[in-house]
Amino acid sequence: MHESAGQGRPSPGSTARRTPGRRSRRRGVAGAAAVLVTAGTLAACGGDDGGASTLTWYINPDAGGQAEIAARCSQASGGRYTIETSILPRDASSQREQLIRRLAANDSSIDIMSLDPPFIPEFAEAGFLAPVPEDVGERVTEDVVQSAIDGSTWNDELVAVPFWANTQVLWYRKSVAEAAGLDMTQPVTWEQIVEAAESQGKLVGAQGARAESLTVWFNALIESAGGSIIAENSDDPEQIQLGLDTPEGERAVEIMQLVAESDAAGAAFSTSTEDSSATGLESENGGFNVNYPFVYQRALSAAEAGTLDASVPEDYAAAVYPRVDEDTEAAPPYGGINLGIGAFAESPELAYEAAECIVEDENQAFYFLNDGNPASATSVFDDDEVLEAYPSAPVIRESLELAAPRPQTPYYNEISVGVQRSYHPPASVDPGATGERASDLITAVLAKEDLL
Amino acid sequence: MSTTTLPPTKKDAPVSAPSGKISDRARSERKLGWLLAGPAFLVMLLVTAYPIAQATYESLFDYRLTDPDNRSFTGLTNYWVILTDRLWWEAIGITAFITFITVAVELVLGFALALVMVKALRALRPILRAAILIPYAVITVVSAFAWQFAFDVNSGFVNSWFVWLPGVSADTDWFGDRWTSILVICLAEIWKTTPFISLLLLAGLAQVPEVLQEAAKVDGATRWQRMWRVTIPNMKAAIMVALLFRTLDAFRVFDTIFIMTNGANGTESVSFLAYRQTIARLEIGLGSALSVLLFLCVVLIAFIFIKLFRVDLSQARGE
Repeated sequence: MHESAGQGRPSPGSTARRTPGRRSRRRGVAGAAAVLVTAGTLAACGGDDGGASTLTWYINPDAGGQAEIAARCSQASGGRYTIETSILPRDASSQREQLIRRLAANDSSIDIMSLDPPFIPEFAEAGFLAPVPEDVGERVTEDVVQSAIDGSTWNDELVAVPFWANTQVLWYRKSVAEAAGLDMTQPVTWEQIVEAAESQGKLVGAQGARAESLTVWFNALIESAGGSIIAENSDDPEQIQLGLDTPEGERAVEIMQLVAESDAAGAAFSTSTEDSSATGLESENGGFNVNYPFVYQRALSAAEAGTLDASVPEDYAAAVYPRVDEDTEAAPPYGGINLGIGAFAESPELAYEAAECIVEDENQAFYFLNDGNPASATSVFDDDEVLEAYPSAPVIRESLELAAPRPQTPYYNEISVGVQRSYHPPASVDPGATGERASDLITAVLAKEDLL
Repeated sequence: MSTTTLPPTKKDAPVSAPSGKISDRARSERKLGWLLAGPAFLVMLLVTAYPIAQATYESLFDYRLTDPDNRSFTGLTNYWVILTDRLWWEAIGITAFITFITVAVELVLGFALALVMVKALRALRPILRAAILIPYAVITVVSAFAWQFAFDVNSGFVNSWFVWLPGVSADTDWFGDRWTSILVICLAEIWKTTPFISLLLLAGLAQVPEVLQEAAKVDGATRWQRMWRVTIPNMKAAIMVALLFRTLDAFRVFDTIFIMTNGANGTESVSFLAYRQTIARLEIGLGSALSVLLFLCVVLIAFIFIKLFRVDLSQARGE
């Protein structure tokens, strides 16, 4: 680790002079190539000779914000480190699969990881995350929304650095709500928005596709009804008690059925994702859509590119996630990205230093403005620039305070895929039976008695 | 009218060798054969036998990738879990269905394309062959995405083009129902791999002796009769080899399902099930057991073709 890329590189001429024979020349070229490869590899690890260490940050695909933050922090480090970004697959489940497989093989090239919060317990329990130094932990949790701190915690210990905190809000077309006579200054229920959309012949968008987004929706419904997917957590998978076959679980299924079977669900509800439901809101049938804040930025970009009428984003507004019951506050989905430091990283201290830079308030504000992903730092929501660009920022902050995380367990994947299998397609759910079926399936899967 | 094939050529017994013994020439040829094929055989052993052996070994354990310390020997428990699970049998059913439909359609289409390639004008032949081969050159994931976008209710063109067909409307969600999903999966598979079958059949067609065709013509056989009584019986070996290769391939269908439905609506194939247990669930033991069972299924298919249908792989090479 003491060489830079330029050192120790033999000139082809000197090799040829020493070894005139053909075989020797070939061997010489191979040797030179080996030295080059070695030098390159060593240089990637940085060095103690004053050269910058290279840190690799595995990021989820975005609009370029994370790469820009990496460049800014590299520059700010004054040559101590350079952050290189490496892009992970598009969906969260595939991101997890790739990272876990590599960490299981003790991959030391993973320095910083952008992690989806529900998978953090699994990484922590497997010992794939370098411990957070106490002083770093104190600094990165200061003035941070509680849901982001909870999402970075496992077994009462901070195991990741909160970066950005996402939540879903109710996006709606002001014109549609007005025409339907719905007062959006007050909390609304699922029944109300479905009724309003049906009366206007418009769509209610949610995520009905069999993917992680379906678990996100179902979790928000059951949490809003006062229940939880996991009623009693345990380290032993066979001891985990599920809360699916409960009155709250039943109520969540009722809402799912109400939306999926209504005329407002649209033709492709069972394959609807965050993106396709955002497209639905942009269409002339757009009415309501529970979705992440990127929806607004997406519509603005489309309007700027000329592919969407400028009046469409002007008609957008956001409200807190719909309630399941009129008198009970909604529990919107919590998501986002937290930063994990690889347990096998060459220099975890440096990686934590870089992570602290990445989550600085101004970088979070930049990320909010550039990519539409809300900050975990509360101060960013008071930033004038953010407030101007995101009139819905106060709603997002309120939503983050109410947000409920998905089940926190190292066996999250089994539970999430079990939920997806049982509650898909949403139009086929039965309030009296689906909860019990899902409970039986997931319990058997956790006990390794069933396939998934 | 009976079928017309050439009598099987007798393999001449070597003159110098006493009956029942191998001649020196045959022995040296055999030795040369081993020398030439040996390195490839060794590599094959390394890259296929080793993983198969490892998977078989892992399948006897309860082993989660994130929890290697708690790995424990459980014998055949994983196999019991799989074979008593409804999901396994459903996946077998769906995989067999997709295999049967795609291979049957590909055989007919591939044969038609092979005939077109054989009969095409000499000047057109190279262009035609290249054009027919293009789908096979496309990466499966790319072709799956292309077909998915085509049938997508929001971005696809299929609904607007085929709205005149009964059952198709502007709002038809092809991936929202089991059988429409399987239809699109089959279409994508057929489009992608028909060229492979047509290439193998083209080789078979080229082996049908022209003299037989001419004799049949002189006897007054119609085109249809020549096809059924002369061409097809003489290329039986090529057809069976094409069927065998394609069936083995089709039974392992994964990419198209992964991209199009991700296993939703009961479209999980056996390979997909193995992927989910091994890669998504990280249950290496259970996933390995599934992979071993998938391997046994493939071996069974190969056995049925070779023994029951008496496919002689050497015939396809024109020996």
